Amino acid sequence: MKITADSPPVLSVLDRPNSYIGRAVPRPNLQRLTQGRGQYISDVTLPRMAHVAYLRSPHAHARIVSIATEAAKKAPGVVAVVTGTELAKVMTPWVGVLTHLKGIKSAPQYPIAVDRACWQGEAVCAVVARTRAQAEDACELIDIVYEELPAVTNPETALDPATPVIHASLGDNLCFERKLDVGEVDKAFANSDAVVEATFVTGRHTGVCTEPRAVVADWNEGEQRMTVYHATQAPHMMQNLFAKHLDLSESQVRVLTKDVGGSFGIKVHTYADEMATVALSKLLKRPVKFVADRIESFVTDIHARDHRIKGKIGVTRDGVITAFEIDDLTGIGPYSVYPRTSGIEANQVVNLTGGPYNCPNYRAQARVVFQNKNVMCQYRAVGHPIAVAVTEGLVELAAAKIGMDPLEIRRRNLFPDDGYPAQTASGLKLEQLSHHEALAHLDTMINYAALRAEQKALRDKGIYRGIGFASFIEVTNPSAAFYGVGGAKITSQDGATVKLDAQGAITIHSGVTEQGQGAEAVLAQCVASSFGVSMDRVRVVTGDTDNTPYGGGTWASRAAGIGGEAAWQAGKALRGNVLAVAGAMLQAKPEELDIRNGVVVDKTTGAERLGLDELARVAYFRPDTLPPGFQAELMVTRHYVPRGWPFAFTNGIQASYLEVDTDTGFVKLLRHWCVEDCGTIINPQLVNEQIRGGVVQGIGAALFEQCLYDERGQMLNGNMADYLVPMAVEMPDIDCGHVVSPTADSELGAKGAGEAGTAGAPACIMNAINDALRPLGAQPLTDMPFTPGKILRALGKV
Amino acid sequence: MKPAPFAYKKARSLDEAIALLGENPDARLLAGGQSLMATLNMRLSAPSLLIDINGIGGLGGIAHKSGAVEIGALARHTDAERSATIAQHAPLIARAMPFIGHPAIRNRGTLGGSIAFADPAAELPACLLALDGEVDAQGPKGKRTIKAGDYFKGLYETALGPQEILTAIRLPAASADTRVGFAELARRHGDYAIVGLAASARADGKGLKDVRLAYFGVGNTPLRAAGSEAALARGDIDGAVAALDLDPHDDIQATGAVKKHLAGVLLRRVAAQLMEQRP
Repeated sequence: MKITADSPPVLSVLDRPNSYIGRAVPRPNLQRLTQGRGQYISDVTLPRMAHVAYLRSPHAHARIVSIATEAAKKAPGVVAVVTGTELAKVMTPWVGVLTHLKGIKSAPQYPIAVDRACWQGEAVCAVVARTRAQAEDACELIDIVYEELPAVTNPETALDPATPVIHASLGDNLCFERKLDVGEVDKAFANSDAVVEATFVTGRHTGVCTEPRAVVADWNEGEQRMTVYHATQAPHMMQNLFAKHLDLSESQVRVLTKDVGGSFGIKVHTYADEMATVALSKLLKRPVKFVADRIESFVTDIHARDHRIKGKIGVTRDGVITAFEIDDLTGIGPYSVYPRTSGIEANQVVNLTGGPYNCPNYRAQARVVFQNKNVMCQYRAVGHPIAVAVTEGLVELAAAKIGMDPLEIRRRNLFPDDGYPAQTASGLKLEQLSHHEALAHLDTMINYAALRAEQKALRDKGIYRGIGFASFIEVTNPSAAFYGVGGAKITSQDGATVKLDAQGAITIHSGVTEQGQGAEAVLAQCVASSFGVSMDRVRVVTGDTDNTPYGGGTWASRAAGIGGEAAWQAGKALRGNVLAVAGAMLQAKPEELDIRNGVVVDKTTGAERLGLDELARVAYFRPDTLPPGFQAELMVTRHYVPRGWPFAFTNGIQASYLEVDTDTGFVKLLRHWCVEDCGTIINPQLVNEQIRGGVVQGIGAALFEQCLYDERGQMLNGNMADYLVPMAVEMPDIDCGHVVSPTADSELGAKGAGEAGTAGAPACIMNAINDALRPLGAQPLTDMPFTPGKILRALGKV
Repeated sequence: MKPAPFAYKKARSLDEAIALLGENPDARLLAGGQSLMATLNMRLSAPSLLIDINGIGGLGGIAHKSGAVEIGALARHTDAERSATIAQHAPLIARAMPFIGHPAIRNRGTLGGSIAFADPAAELPACLLALDGEVDAQGPKGKRTIKAGDYFKGLYETALGPQEILTAIRLPAASADTRVGFAELARRHGDYAIVGLAASARADGKGLKDVRLAYFGVGNTPLRAAGSEAALARGDIDGAVAALDLDPHDDIQATGAVKKHLAGVLLRRVAAQLMEQRP
């Protein structure tokens, strides 16, 4: 994969003389991280710290008859051996439901299984020892007698009366169900010239983070306070949950999140083993560290995307889409994950299917069923890759059926660029999108006509190349509509505190978190620009519930759009305060002054009037020289929450060009393009990196990644050799293009960019494969991932 | 993911290593460690002793002598990859080398370790079989040489005795009429192949003779395809594909039927390589 600079900086009205908005500046933390001086949880070592290893259920579903721990307790280095029953006295269980997902239900989940293990990999006993190796050695001495129970592993039969119910108290295996019927669907299908049906399968997979899940919990008995060093996306959310389930006040809990090695939505959930680690620290009154290893990561990190969707589309012969209909069935784990629930993904599939298209007739059903497999929850671009695969798969199948070009059918149905605000059939409110401009940009970028000509010429030589597209919309900058209204203590607002130090430099404390995606760079850019200093004068502090404003953290592509806006506003407010001091010192009107490159200047002429170092010296050390009654305020906080729209939707379109080896079923990716509109671009390099990384994870879904289970609920490929994470050698060049439609909800106008790549890529690859194989009469491939075996079967070769 | 406790000894000589193997029946030899360390960390094996043979002199090196290429057991993959001797006299090994794992793996992994471990999906065991090479081993009863055809006994099972140490691999040096072919199909570069094929032959006019086809990833050991070899020597590629009598099992990446189909595709591709080469 070759990386080339493909977008010139996009300048905006936000440009100030020293602006960093729209510029590809390097991340301020780059040097530290590349010199190996990051501080990840594995780097945290505290006095008296012990390590915990969890003994995990080898069975998908089993009653725990007995646990014999005596031998383990006597093993070298062992501090404690703790069962679920014992730990339940320290920490209360939780139930992963939200009130706005009507009817969603789940069973209480304990930090360590009590009486019954419900998936292979669920922790059933903890061993705390002086080293992780000693803890693992002692785990082997624990004798657990299990009585294996029948495992529910097939979503298709999970609701059958003959299938055992995983949680008797719930009555059945249904977690959540949603139905939607908008417009006149039956009539629309009846009046269509063509109706296409297909069943899509998106493979269960997971987000493989470079740094595994990790936590160090440190209960201070003297202070009655819990400090948790946690690789998480949402420190304040976790502060609330640790406090709640340990029966502490939030002020008794501090969560520290330093460097995080990737998260992708994996690290924004409540994990039983992490909760158990925190409870163990409280129980043992000493620091306890847990770092998940790869083998336990595969059976405990949330999985996602295990959906089977029957889809139907109607079109007229001139390409107008008349209706969409879907029936989604998704098999989650034995519990709905707390606190975001395992119902959101299916809910998003219902919300987003058909999203780019101006089609008023839409019927959907989604059912979420419990299984005895690892839990499922929100992973990067929650629900989008599924909805986009179904929508775009149906659109291209319909285009093929009526003999229309796949870009042309989109032109005839995408919401018009001048028709906003608009609303999708499912009720999503769209502020301003740019589907047609993005499509036109893509058409030019890929040189579509020439690409089609090349494809045709090569087909004559027996080389089968395909071109596939995927238009998409993407949820970003969520308001309280996402979780807050459902009763979860997950804040949608975020804050930034900015202060001028005594030498005139700036520190910003922000509630969003750095996961390796570059959030700290964006925060520094925003505050440097709105305040008026160079970025090297800005220090960024994140990930500390004691010292940052209350905030939501990093998820749903919110860090730049929401955290960035708060930083922008805080920088602006501090500029006002500093100029008030400057005005007092210079006997000038503050509104006639500005700060540029760290110097107070005359706004009109740009003439330098006062250095910030001198201003800070006077304000902090000689305030006696300022006018009577004047008080300098050199630290300000601003918060921001989207209010105008529930979500700042973004849009875009991707294209894939690939070659299918019809002898082997192997797919070679030749090139990939993505044109997207995330509003104001704060840092084009970071945006493009997000797009590319997202596309790669989407390609993983389409071609490589799948958590394979057997009928007894055993994961078959839970290691890095058998679970295929996409690797650089197989990746194509990925070109990025942009259209800019800022959101009017914020001054910055930035929407999220973190998930667009993942949302569209799987559909795009699927469509390109089907485009390649269509002349051979192959059955359309709709069952991801598209392995060589599936492609050979579609070609009738095996 | 921490290994169970084990003792560690660095052997200073082959004799010492052989003696240690005798005293500790469940001991394992540590060479490059690229397969062993993963199994230890996952506690798939828990030997009481690791005998580190990396310090034993005379086990490295790659040399061309008496019509053969001799590769010391401790030669690293990267040594072979960069060796002019291998490039000139063992072109099949040179072709296979880039497919073995990734550079970090090739920096540590040894050719002797790969042959001793005998992973049926690995490249080098199949190459050894395709080249009709041989393995030198030393044990308490002294030295012996084992022909490739007698060496692979079963899944991770070889002719090496419990106290025997593989000391070198010997391959017939390529001559002007040597033809080699290599191809494998893996979903990601560097992974174990779904199916792979290593082949050697000698040019015979416009045709081939002494064709040896060794498949990997299709059984418990690298497997010869004798019927296909004969057909290929007759110049009958379709016949060679039809004569493939492999019966691979399903695995995590592909069904047996897919593997068998791909084996046929590889046969055509490797046959083309064998035919195309000019000295």
